Amino acid sequence: MLRKKVKTQDTDDKNMIVLDHVSKSYSTGAPALNDVSIKIEKGEFVFVVGDSGSGKSTLIKLLLRELTSTEGDVFVNGCDVGRLRRRKIPKFRRNIGVVFQDFRLLKDRNVYENVAFAQRVIQVPTRDIKRNVPKVLSRVGLAGKYKAKPKQLSGGEQQRVALARALVNRPAILLADEPTGNLDPNNSWEIMKLLEEINQDGTTVIVVTHNREIVNAMEKRVITIKKGVIISDEEKGGYINED
Amino acid sequence: MRISTFFYTLWQGIRNIFRNKWFSLASIATIAACLFLFGLFYSILTNFQFMIKKAEQGVSVTVFFNEDIDESEIQEIQQQIMKRAEVSKVDYVSADDAWASFSKEYLGDYADGFPDNPLAESANLEIYLNDVSMQSALVTYLESIDGVRSVNKSEITADTLSGVNVLIGYVSAGIIIILLAVSIFLISNTVMIGISVRKEEIMIMKYIGATDFFVRAPFVIEGITIGIIGSLIPLAIIRILYGNVVVYISEKFTILSSLLQFVSIDTIFKTLLPMSIVMGVGIGFIGSYTTVRKHLRV
Repeated sequence: MLRKKVKTQDTDDKNMIVLDHVSKSYSTGAPALNDVSIKIEKGEFVFVVGDSGSGKSTLIKLLLRELTSTEGDVFVNGCDVGRLRRRKIPKFRRNIGVVFQDFRLLKDRNVYENVAFAQRVIQVPTRDIKRNVPKVLSRVGLAGKYKAKPKQLSGGEQQRVALARALVNRPAILLADEPTGNLDPNNSWEIMKLLEEINQDGTTVIVVTHNREIVNAMEKRVITIKKGVIISDEEKGGYINED
Repeated sequence: MRISTFFYTLWQGIRNIFRNKWFSLASIATIAACLFLFGLFYSILTNFQFMIKKAEQGVSVTVFFNEDIDESEIQEIQQQIMKRAEVSKVDYVSADDAWASFSKEYLGDYADGFPDNPLAESANLEIYLNDVSMQSALVTYLESIDGVRSVNKSEITADTLSGVNVLIGYVSAGIIIILLAVSIFLISNTVMIGISVRKEEIMIMKYIGATDFFVRAPFVIEGITIGIIGSLIPLAIIRILYGNVVVYISEKFTILSSLLQFVSIDTIFKTLLPMSIVMGVGIGFIGSYTTVRKHLRV
């Protein structure tokens, strides 16, 4: 009964992501997340920062339902993620666009096919794919390179392909896990600008990062995690010096 | 499923084969090698059994009758014997037939010196068997029939043939087990290579929100295609080799020509072709299905 109550309370129209006293322990060692509670509203832009091993990756995995919490509830876009049945996971993930530090493109397919792949997965008709993919590629500035294979592109370009792939299905949430980790400062800023634009169009954007300069410059909400605990959550925050 | 998704999946499956050329070649070679051994063994075994069967059918039991039995009674007995399952053929040899055959074979022109048929009491039935191991049971039955004087049989031939048959049974079981073990070992190794190649691709698909079916289908199509190709190659090789080997053996061992009677390749292919293709498809399907399954839990 209590769970049900929590569910209705937390999945109101305002919140996109709710973590309610969430803990996650692995079989060995200390808990990766310890009693974490977060609310992220629709259309927010949030940085999640912390050292390696702080629990950021675990947080992403919980949101993608790659893992389930040991305690507490995780709600994403109105869905009780912990109770999601295995066969419902694919449909759930289609609401979330993901971008990784290492791009994770299909190396043997060209730019167009990498982006189109996300549409094929959700069985978009071919004629719609032909319309949507060029549109999203031009948005990330890669309209001219749709025939190139990933290895023919720079790191920044590869990340933009990954971003296009994440966006083409118009997800409600965009999760970016260290999106600038492998990029030089110029490319990093390009990617961050794109993320901001996407956010302005209404997509909730969550960026997990180490990049101090970017976090400080962008003046967005910053959630800082240390050793599995949230040590700060500030609107227009900055990168906390943990030393 | 949309038609476009179906064709996309099919196309991806076929393209996968070319994308991972070396992996595909290794898989095809593995399946082809296993099925070639299987086909080879099957051909040898079928021929052995065929030859044994031929030899068995040549083994006959001869029944002689008392003097007071006339031809019509013998033919009645012949009809009864024909009804038995282990009997393939019963020939009636009258006294005149027996003498004609004997005199022709051993006496030639001297036969004219005999005014009467010296083999007047030699009317007999020659019985050929389907299954040599049933010979002693048949002999017991024959001896129990009224009017039967004696039954001539060849115990040693019958025993040897049924012994060889049992031995072939054991040897085939042994070889099949060894072949299966070798194929499973080889295929699991090839599949392991496949896993490392595909791991990342499957993970990306799952993050994007692909269903298990969508992820698995191209791999399974790829596996089945590889299986079919892997089964057709050894079939072609066996088809070409078989005729040459049969001619070679027949020429090399002319002394044994009466024993060496080979099954036609078409007869062998009636069973070998569907069996090999089903095994190829099965190996390809199970191999790809299980490989992908291990990585679907992302």
